[in-house]
Amino acid sequence: MRYAMAIDTKKCVGCSDCVVACQTENNVPIGFCRDWVTETVDGTYPNVSIELRSERCNHCDNSPCVRCCPTGASHFEDGGIVLVTHNKCIGCGACIESCPYEARYSHPDGYVDKCTFCIHRVRKGENPACVSVCPTSCMYFGDLDDPNSEIVNVLKNRKFKALAPEAGTKPNIFYLT
Amino acid sequence: MKTRRDFIKISALGLGATAVTAGAAKAVLGSSLFGDDSGNESEILRRVPTYCEVCFWKCAAWAHVTEDGNIKKITGNDDDPQCNGRLCPRGTGGVGMYNDPDRLKTPLMRVTKDGKQTYREASWDEALGFIATKMSDLKAKYGPESMALFMHGGPAPHFSHLMKAYGTGNLAAPSFAQCRGARDVGFEATFGESVSSPEVTDIRDTRCLVLIGSHIGENMHNGQVQEMSQAIDNGAVIITVDPRLSTAASKSKFWLPIKPSTDIALLLSWIHVLIYDELYNKDYVETYAEGFEELKAHVKPFTPEWAYGITTLKPDLIRTTAREMANAAPSVIIHPGRHAAWYGDDVQRSRSIAILNALLGSWGNRGGLFFKEGIKIPEFPHAEFPKPAWTWKDLLNGKYPLANEAPTNLVIESSIPAEGKEAKIKGWIVAGTNLIASVPMREQLSKAFQSLELVVVVDTMPMEITGYADVVLPECTYLERYDDIRATAHREPTLALRMPAVGPKNQTKPAWWITKQLGERLGLGAFYNYKDFSEVLDWQLKQVGSSLEEMKRIGVKKIPRKTPPYIEAGTIHTFKTASGKIQLFSHEMAAAGFDPMPVFTQHPEPQEGFYRLIYGRAPMHTFSRTANNANLVALMPENSVWISPRVAGIWGIKKDQYVWLKNQDGVVSKFPVKVRLTERIRWDSVYIVHGFGHHHEPLHLANGRGVNDTELITNVMLDPIMGGTGMRGNFVTFLTKDPGKEAEA
Repeated sequence: MRYAMAIDTKKCVGCSDCVVACQTENNVPIGFCRDWVTETVDGTYPNVSIELRSERCNHCDNSPCVRCCPTGASHFEDGGIVLVTHNKCIGCGACIESCPYEARYSHPDGYVDKCTFCIHRVRKGENPACVSVCPTSCMYFGDLDDPNSEIVNVLKNRKFKALAPEAGTKPNIFYLT
Repeated sequence: MKTRRDFIKISALGLGATAVTAGAAKAVLGSSLFGDDSGNESEILRRVPTYCEVCFWKCAAWAHVTEDGNIKKITGNDDDPQCNGRLCPRGTGGVGMYNDPDRLKTPLMRVTKDGKQTYREASWDEALGFIATKMSDLKAKYGPESMALFMHGGPAPHFSHLMKAYGTGNLAAPSFAQCRGARDVGFEATFGESVSSPEVTDIRDTRCLVLIGSHIGENMHNGQVQEMSQAIDNGAVIITVDPRLSTAASKSKFWLPIKPSTDIALLLSWIHVLIYDELYNKDYVETYAEGFEELKAHVKPFTPEWAYGITTLKPDLIRTTAREMANAAPSVIIHPGRHAAWYGDDVQRSRSIAILNALLGSWGNRGGLFFKEGIKIPEFPHAEFPKPAWTWKDLLNGKYPLANEAPTNLVIESSIPAEGKEAKIKGWIVAGTNLIASVPMREQLSKAFQSLELVVVVDTMPMEITGYADVVLPECTYLERYDDIRATAHREPTLALRMPAVGPKNQTKPAWWITKQLGERLGLGAFYNYKDFSEVLDWQLKQVGSSLEEMKRIGVKKIPRKTPPYIEAGTIHTFKTASGKIQLFSHEMAAAGFDPMPVFTQHPEPQEGFYRLIYGRAPMHTFSRTANNANLVALMPENSVWISPRVAGIWGIKKDQYVWLKNQDGVVSKFPVKVRLTERIRWDSVYIVHGFGHHHEPLHLANGRGVNDTELITNVMLDPIMGGTGMRGNFVTFLTKDPGKEAEA
């Protein structure tokens, strides 16, 4: 089982619903976020294009955050989901520094926090909150080991890319382009 | 200046200022999640049906309530075709409206203390008693017609009912003259009916979607955003006309970066190409339309070459896109848009859009515009409404002959005494609309406030408008109240229930309760034959085959259609015009003294150093309504002014610098605004998102953030056909230094 997410940049409108849904689902304090939206603009008027991306922890196979954690708080769960056990975390911030995606933040309660792929929902067979709320349905979540999953299907049929491939982290968030 | 009605800031009283940090909610909910390796613990949540009030789309939703009575989250109702279980960011963030520490908490009454006007807290009994006495006095002195209502959203039907029972027909909503009115009148003149709300656009199944200034994806009209995404998946051709590379434009096969204010020229040239290249849907036009020959003769000169000089769009691009539409026809939508109050010839622009749809045969065909079907909710039995001696229509004096709803601007003007004559309107109730930000008539508004004998404002938040009230009534949020059944007419009729997820905070009350209390104090008890509004809902639902008990369980109920959504083969549809046919040539417009077919009018252009002010929406905000919502402010705390890098180069303006905007009439923005340098905007225009720049301390998050476009819209281009307030004829320049005292004036 290998959980992954594919996000269709052709459909994403950058509305940030994923961010609000994550916030209310996971009690993320206002002012912080586990996911966010970026916009890149290319070209000059009127030959301009933009790409909108909903970004978050990439739940990398080769995770620098897990490797550098001195207490074992950052760890892998089934399906490759990277989690932080809050009461094992001493808030040293090494993982924050190591992440090429800037996916982690220091929670005001003293631990490091980030996207969990909504593991509490996934274990119940539901999609992560961001995926389930998206008005454009531009996000696909699923198991890369399941050849019949929607995510495998879209990745087979569409061009895609990952972010910061040069970091060698083997990320599990893919952007359909 | 000594005035009768001074503007009062509610915060001055320390009422709204209790500092509850936004993070407080989390502490209540508990943060022990993730304490162990399991990843999360499950919370026990109770779900309660509602429909959203953060915008007019009214998506049906579930409020998820914790055991200790907090609203943890709001999610869409899977069975609702308006949202398909997916709310937009504002709906998801609706919980921020409930938690807002700045909410109005108790009724307030204007008093003079030490020669200074201020508010004091009042009981509901006192506040309602005062209003009822005043309204009775006004009725005795001037007749009930002297009262007017301004309204929006959930409280609107409750207050409409009260005002009709009281005896006035002067009910106005900014959604008409400031927003969709011109669009609706244009379509009514052509097809005999408007495109309704939610719009009857069959985007889901279209092969070609044409957007003209409609920025779906930035306006989160949820169903349309969802369907545009489906259309992208289906490989539909999207054509977007916009001086700005909107989000939708970035997803389009064709983007037409038009010179602002020249849309009608483009539309006429498209009509020209469709007719003269014989690309139009001949069978459909022959069967359903009237006035084709007149139209053909009318558009003869409007070639793409003619339009090129006006719109700056290449003739080839105009021809190619016209062909794309024709190839897809009748599965094509020239989207009617929604906010149509642009240049004062907006009914004519909407007519052009309607005519294009007619030539392509889209109305009545799959992938075009479908026939809606709804279900009528019967009125709960009440006494017969009295007939007003006069209404806003009698104030028109020959103006705006096609206005079929009251233009707010007309009602505002009629509240100001002129040339020694008494004003016709003497009292206002303003329910759920911040007129200060929604109507571009600052001067007239302040004059009206000086002569009105009663101003009542009902709101959940201390918006600017509350500062002008004699009495402020705090309504509870949609999450804390019953409202009318949402009965939607669309692809299929649906019903949705809004009920309290939690009890009202503080002393706030639902609109149904406020109006019933007022009604009874006004001796109108015969219009309120119930104790609790839930009785009304149960009775109404039972008339249409459901019940309150059932709706509490399911939240949304779909009713099977009885009529086909499209024209069926072998049948002839009758349109709702007088002749039953689509009016390419409008006899109604001709009879009213207007162009029976649209013509292009040149609009003023910016003088040197000025840029056209274009405004629009951001997906995470609904204008002022969300400007103080912590969850949404976190996503977008302020607006920015979009400036082309080449323009910024001329001015030496840098990215993220703050500038003040000054308009053609010398009005300077109250606050500075952050510069966003972007290639997404034309060099002759700047763009800002509407709904920011609040100047009102009681709104702790919104106050002083960004720039308010309404204050810069001092040139209003009135649509003579229906009274719409065209707002895109304003031009701004940049001030890089703090204009200080000058700006204060």
